[in-house]
Amino acid sequence: MNFIETEDVVKQYAGHLALNKVSIQVPEGKIFGLLGPNGAGKTTLIRIINRITAPDSGKVLFNGRLSCPEDIYQIGYLPEERGLYKKMKVGEQAIYLAQLKGLSYMEARKRLTHWFEKFDIMPWWNKKLEELSKGMQQKVQFITTVIHEPKLLIFDEPFSGFDPVNTERLKQEILELKEAGHTIIFSTHNMSSIEEICDNIALINRSQVVLSGNVRDIRNRFKSNTYLVKVYSDEIKFLSNEMEIPSEWNAFSFRTKETDGDITELYIHKEKEISNSELLTLLAGKLDILSFSEEIPSMNDIFINTVSGSNTIKA
Amino acid sequence: MNKIGLIVKREYLRRVSKKSFLIITFLAPFLFAALVFVPLWLSGIKGNEAKKVAIIDATGKYAPLFQNTDEYIFINTNGNLDQYRYDQNKEIFAILNITGDLLENPNAAALYSEKQIPIGLKQEIDNILSKNLRDEKLASFNIPNLNKIIEDSKIKFDIKTVKWDTEGNEKSTSAAVASIVGMMLTLIIYMFIMFYGAMVMQGVMEEKTNRIIEVIISSVKPFDLMMGKIIGIGFVGLTQVFLWGILTTVLVSGTLLFLGGGTSPDDLMNAQMAAQNIGGAMTVQSSEMQTQIQEVINSINFTEIGVCFVLYFIGGYTLYAALFAAIGSALEQQEDTQQFMMPIIILMVFSLYAGVYSMNNPDGPLAVWCSFIPFTSPIVMMVRLPYDIPIWEILVSVGLLFATALFIIWGSSKIYRVGILMYGKKPSLKELIKWTRYK
Repeated sequence: MNFIETEDVVKQYAGHLALNKVSIQVPEGKIFGLLGPNGAGKTTLIRIINRITAPDSGKVLFNGRLSCPEDIYQIGYLPEERGLYKKMKVGEQAIYLAQLKGLSYMEARKRLTHWFEKFDIMPWWNKKLEELSKGMQQKVQFITTVIHEPKLLIFDEPFSGFDPVNTERLKQEILELKEAGHTIIFSTHNMSSIEEICDNIALINRSQVVLSGNVRDIRNRFKSNTYLVKVYSDEIKFLSNEMEIPSEWNAFSFRTKETDGDITELYIHKEKEISNSELLTLLAGKLDILSFSEEIPSMNDIFINTVSGSNTIKA
Repeated sequence: MNKIGLIVKREYLRRVSKKSFLIITFLAPFLFAALVFVPLWLSGIKGNEAKKVAIIDATGKYAPLFQNTDEYIFINTNGNLDQYRYDQNKEIFAILNITGDLLENPNAAALYSEKQIPIGLKQEIDNILSKNLRDEKLASFNIPNLNKIIEDSKIKFDIKTVKWDTEGNEKSTSAAVASIVGMMLTLIIYMFIMFYGAMVMQGVMEEKTNRIIEVIISSVKPFDLMMGKIIGIGFVGLTQVFLWGILTTVLVSGTLLFLGGGTSPDDLMNAQMAAQNIGGAMTVQSSEMQTQIQEVINSINFTEIGVCFVLYFIGGYTLYAALFAAIGSALEQQEDTQQFMMPIIILMVFSLYAGVYSMNNPDGPLAVWCSFIPFTSPIVMMVRLPYDIPIWEILVSVGLLFATALFIIWGSSKIYRVGILMYGKKPSLKELIKWTRYK
């Protein structure tokens, strides 16, 4: 079941096409990564889902039906460019923002107390925002995003401005929210945490979706039949002599090798359809194998390849 | 609607609870009162010492005319001018040197001093000499009882202005009272629009530069946010104007009681009217004048003016505040506002000018046209209102104002919606207009 779907969304700004027939499917209860380089159109798409702007053409489906103005109360949005009222007291403005999301004053206060206690920032309730450190402000901002317990959460570059400790903390919070059944859209150009967090992704480049689907499927699709084998360095001296390489070894080729002391890492590429066992048997005939693993490309590699390469890769 | 309420509440409470708001609200009436009373008080202070004026009168017939006053002591001397010119002892402030008969030779008198001669002294001397010379001249005609004839012929005429209403009933009107009322209301509206319109713009820019805007408009419609801000700040302004009104009244009447020791408001009114009609109404008996003033005041329809004031106030403020909001949304830098504020300020200053002009000619073409044009009507019509203008004119003017205000709000909200999310380059006017067509 898809919680959010866009169908052929087009958005044109003066002289430039921000989104060109963008279709994404965000499954319910999963974390969906919206990836792409700066200026690809991620924020525009998020604003359309948030009903901040309207698409020129195309549809947005919310929970299986056309999205309507009341849906925004079911969305919590943490924009990339975020801010709060500097001169307003922290507690007061968090309550105000929660009220704007449809909570009653009492309910907002109750939930806010819970969150402030959880994040250990209760003493800051009556402080003005400008008196808080940047990290503290980010925490407040995060709380205001989730306080009304929306079904859909949208985080646009949530980790920017967080130190490593708080990044980890926030990551855990996001995963907890997923466990609690929230659907999460997670937009970023920073790939480092994608494998860990996201279930599905869509990669947007130059206003178009160039890659989308389940993270594991995508990574498998980008496998290049490359394997990493670790062996002792002194065992592979014969490789430099063509005559000594067994003829059966033409089933694969050596891509690169890296020597680190007495251990060498060999990257092996299968040239023919052979199973991993066959490959290992061939190798084991001549070498004592320390480790063997398949090289699965990271999302980072896929991202860079896809974006810097041609736009022809279509999922 | 519920959301607008929340926004209005926040905008209002946040501003009203600010220290600066409290300070301005409570200090300004003292400033107003000071503006009224300090000049009055200052004008009451006389120079600390009477100045000495020496008179050298070769004819001997003019010197006795000069009587000492609070400010000047006249000393009749027989010295000559050079004696005073090189005198190191600066006791004498000025020397009036009369060398011959002034009827025969008007240049025979001159006033010398080392200092700038105050206009008051010159007038004093001119008056005394003119009166004497006139009497002397008249006497030279040898007509019996001439002085009495002249006294009798000194007639000062103060025309009574009467306005007919539609049934032909008579109404006394007073241009002076009507202008004062109109001008005061105009100034209030003008100041209000300038001050609170600018506050709307600041507020919009604050949300934009704070980057909180995107968080908020993911919860409320940009239109609600803009209207909430305009309404909230409007209430702040009303609160301030209302408090100022009360405080100023209390202060002024308090000070009057203190100063005049029981001066009744009637006397104050009397004094004001007297000041208005210097040289004219002075001769009118005081009691007669009071009844006249009462009549004039009764002739001004305060209910109508009050209702119109509120309507023009709301219409004018929302119209301009919406424009200010659109400008604020499009800009990030305080410095950039100048360029866009300029046309609005010119428009408002022009309205004020047209308003002042309309006071002299409330039914002239400029006044009539400007009281229909929505951008000028809140200011110009308030000047014309006390002059009892036809009801259809008011209805058309108010109708146009509100229709335009709604149109401007609509257009501004379109610009606002796009502008608040636009960062970077300052947009051109052409781009702003294009924004209104975005979906």
